[in-house]
Amino acid sequence: MASEGRKRLALVASKGTLDQAYPPLIMASTAGAMGWEAGIFFTFYGLNILHRERLRHLQVSPIGNPAMPPPLHALPMVKVPNLLGTLPGMTAMATTMMKGWMSKAKMPSVEEMLQMCIEADVRLFACATTMGVMGIRQEELIPQAQCAGATTFLDYAAGADVSLFV
Amino acid sequence: MTAAIASTLDCRGLLCPLPIIRLSKVVKTVDVGAVIEMLATDPGSVPDMEAFEKQTGHKILERSETKGTFRFLVQRTK
Repeated sequence: MASEGRKRLALVASKGTLDQAYPPLIMASTAGAMGWEAGIFFTFYGLNILHRERLRHLQVSPIGNPAMPPPLHALPMVKVPNLLGTLPGMTAMATTMMKGWMSKAKMPSVEEMLQMCIEADVRLFACATTMGVMGIRQEELIPQAQCAGATTFLDYAAGADVSLFV
Repeated sequence: MTAAIASTLDCRGLLCPLPIIRLSKVVKTVDVGAVIEMLATDPGSVPDMEAFEKQTGHKILERSETKGTFRFLVQRTK
């Protein structure tokens, strides 16, 4: 159980794209706002979210994502062929597009969301195996990242009331 | 029932998770028993505020809607 009878949220963040970085950070910061403890285990490409440099360059690709780009409200019948996503510059374009929606909707950036998690004392576990496999050193990660293995995270998650894999 | 409002939090135009995160910060700045007026336009804030009440114990004294703006009076209980 979590301390002081507080509820606990345990998340796994396994994806390193711009769109997929948001859900775990939103969930964890909200848990913190409700007085819960929260911890996120960042593994494989999800570890990019804790990477000082890569954090600022997360992207979203239209390739293999039939939901992107979304249809225009004015022209719902017009569909952009997914194959066009393979053209040079399309990932950058999709990323810019998504950042535009986020900013228009007054949503914080991924860095700001992470900062909100830090302010809410969310524990940020950096997957030790991913660090070893991808050759990522502790100093490449933000200082709040705690290098840990699956055992540490499972020990934490064993006391959780809610556990989700993102 | 009209309670004296200690603080007003304008979350109009903001989406989840910002309204709840900002509310949780404001709750910490007022005295126990004080009432916060919270304004929001995100329809998700209606069930979210109920869940916030359930999870935190802070009480929603009033809720209303005027032209797409939701208004909540939240009392800090502890």
